[in-house]
Amino acid sequence: MITEALFVSALIFAIGTLGVIVRRNVIIMFLCIELQLNAVNLAFVAFSRSVGIEGQLFVFFVMTVAAAEAAVGLAIIISIFRHYESVNVDKFNLLKW
Amino acid sequence: MADLLFFMFATVAIGSAIGVVVARNPVGSLMFMVATLAAVAGIFVLLEAHFLAAIQVIVYAGAIMVLFLFVIMLLNLGHDYQRDVKGGVWSVMAFATTGGLAGLLVRQLGRSADSPAFLTGSGGDAIDAALAEYGAVGAIARPLFTDYVVPFELVGILLLVAIVGATVLAKKNV
Repeated sequence: MITEALFVSALIFAIGTLGVIVRRNVIIMFLCIELQLNAVNLAFVAFSRSVGIEGQLFVFFVMTVAAAEAAVGLAIIISIFRHYESVNVDKFNLLKW
Repeated sequence: MADLLFFMFATVAIGSAIGVVVARNPVGSLMFMVATLAAVAGIFVLLEAHFLAAIQVIVYAGAIMVLFLFVIMLLNLGHDYQRDVKGGVWSVMAFATTGGLAGLLVRQLGRSADSPAFLTGSGGDAIDAALAEYGAVGAIARPLFTDYVVPFELVGILLLVAIVGATVLAKKNV
């Protein structure tokens, strides 16, 4: 079951990466980043079955950082939306050459 | 039984993860994300991480996803769909990159799962013993408040900074 959990984690991580690359809606991209974090959490828990409780502690810390990241990231999205009236990242091209 | 449950949760997790990427409506995407988080919480239970499964459902699927939902409602994105998928060469390259990444990850994780250090590791037995002795919360709280108390406090400071930052950023006129 541990090996299978690692494979599930790899697949979810790849799907999250695909979402970040293909979708242009900034909120969905953000959700896909959360998906990647969750895949890594799953790998940590699977490895904790062999390495010890430290894997679960790391998942705890990753979840806290994800919560902080979601709060700040969504605040940035709201602030950008006020400026551009859009959530499509192709429209945020101020720094693009 | 455990294997059957595992494959059920794994199917739901991967299926809903695909749903997150392909759903047109952001709210639909979010609901698929909640399903993925719940299924991954189920896998956590099967891997004896009971406390993490609980906070995955309460904090992740509960609090963080509701925060996302608030923002989607606030920005009024729920009803009209604008096509936001990059097409053409970009999507072909994206699929190729992601396929390569998935292959590499599966290969590397499979290799580390077959390594002798991983197969003979006794962490699982230690966790089971701690679970039996201290319970689901005590097993994770004991190392958290002894060996890892400094990172724990730092995470507290990080959350404070995040609260202040989010409040400042989301103010009407920065």
